[in-house]
Amino acid sequence: MTDQIPKPDPEVTPENKPYWDAAKNHELLLKKCVDCGHYRSPIYITANICPNCGSRKPADWVKASGRGKVYTWVVMHRVFHPGFEPEYPLVIAELEEGPRMLANMRGIPNSEIKAGMPVKVIFEKLNENITLPQFAPADK
Amino acid sequence: MAKFKDKCAIVGLGYTPQGKLPDWTVRELFLEASRNAIDDAGLKPHDIDGILVELCWTDPTTQCWALQQDLGIKELSLSANYDSMGASGGCKIQLATMAIEAGLCKNVLIAFVEKTATAPAVPYRGGMGTMMAYGLFGAMPGIALLAHRHMIQYGTTSEQLGEVAVTVRKHAMLNPKAQMRAPMTLEDHQKSRYVAWPLHLLDCSILSDGARACVVTSAKHAKDLPQPPVYIMGFGQGHVVMDPVHRHDPLSTGAARSGKHAFKMAGIKPKDVDVLGLYDATTYNIVTQLEELGFCKRGEGGSFVQNGRIGLGGEIPVNTSGGMLSEVYLQGWTGIPEVVSQLRGTCGERQVKDAEIGLVTNQGGFICFHSTLILRR
Ligand SMILES: [Zn+2]
Repeated sequence: MTDQIPKPDPEVTPENKPYWDAAKNHELLLKKCVDCGHYRSPIYITANICPNCGSRKPADWVKASGRGKVYTWVVMHRVFHPGFEPEYPLVIAELEEGPRMLANMRGIPNSEIKAGMPVKVIFEKLNENITLPQFAPADK
Repeated sequence: MAKFKDKCAIVGLGYTPQGKLPDWTVRELFLEASRNAIDDAGLKPHDIDGILVELCWTDPTTQCWALQQDLGIKELSLSANYDSMGASGGCKIQLATMAIEAGLCKNVLIAFVEKTATAPAVPYRGGMGTMMAYGLFGAMPGIALLAHRHMIQYGTTSEQLGEVAVTVRKHAMLNPKAQMRAPMTLEDHQKSRYVAWPLHLLDCSILSDGARACVVTSAKHAKDLPQPPVYIMGFGQGHVVMDPVHRHDPLSTGAARSGKHAFKMAGIKPKDVDVLGLYDATTYNIVTQLEELGFCKRGEGGSFVQNGRIGLGGEIPVNTSGGMLSEVYLQGWTGIPEVVSQLRGTCGERQVKDAEIGLVTNQGGFICFHSTLILRR
């Protein structure tokens, strides 16, 4: 499918670049505050100041387990971008470390997605620059 | 807080044609609604000394200075663009009340324009890049994610949401201005295509062109003006983190905080309210707000909307114009003029008998901004 319109790339910024670099190596990174231990998603909180305690010390980039549980999901029937095929799942999962994460579910039909089901993060190459973390079902 | 109770009133309402209006420019609609609101209030443009507007994404020149220019007003004491997204309407009325009570200005014009029916879609602003990479565009999928979580957590059903859609459609059928006046059954709702499963097309608001405006003045001055004043009894706001993925409590929309402030200021309880105007980007918005505002307990919104309770003639009529689901998509400006009109007693066939107190809400973003206004005649 050479004529397929590409999906939009995520925003890569100097602040979140380590996250996207790690994804290419199939690692999911979170930022962990060195003062209070609070985990945050680097693509949600881009500032270098901890939202929990205000610490200005550079946070540690830590490898997340990639394990979580489905919190909610929808199946997109209306497609707002030509890069997407109808009936794709949008899933929010709660990661073991605390933060929630949005991704698409892979590997099972939409009808088999269940609330609370264990998921693991897998990695999907979008193009040379971007590898997207995605969800797949995991064993308990 | 109680110092603002009943101190100001909405004294003018301005409408325009609504629906598909390809021949109107955004600026013309904006001006038309503003002129009509000033006329309705029995005032002249030079009586206006405050202008509060909100951004229209289709035409970024719809700003306070542009409206001042188009109305030919030489000088203002208050002039600002306000941005709490869809909640801006109610928030601006609150700001106007505070400014008037502070003695800063006397007659504040508040205006809004939308052109989603015939203007090209405008991309969502800022910070959404990663969501888009996964295929989350605009507010609807985000609200659907929250609605489904409500179903998971509380057992709310699609049929219950359908009951909301059917109820407000019945109201729209009594409103000559409503865009959607064809009868709708629960089966029609259930058979309508999915937009973001589990939300159907008929769970979602429609698209519209149009503008609306109002004039707020002091209660004292309101007595000298032609329209029956609709007093601002209480107000409040609540705002939670925009991003529905990372929001601290995804099922909290800020409405609980917003409503609590408004009820406290007004000195009333939910049971004292005669008519409700609830922001209805989707049917789910109505369910969650009924809970958060205290009309029922959290998790019970789904059963609350059943059995005609929120319909005309029911316990607490909601969105008597048809709301954004069936009348017109003018964000907060769908509900505000309708509740004011109910309290003026000018709603004809859909009038709530002896309506004395109304409550109207606005929401914005991924239902993260919230405004509550409690009004009385
Ligand atoms: Zn910290």
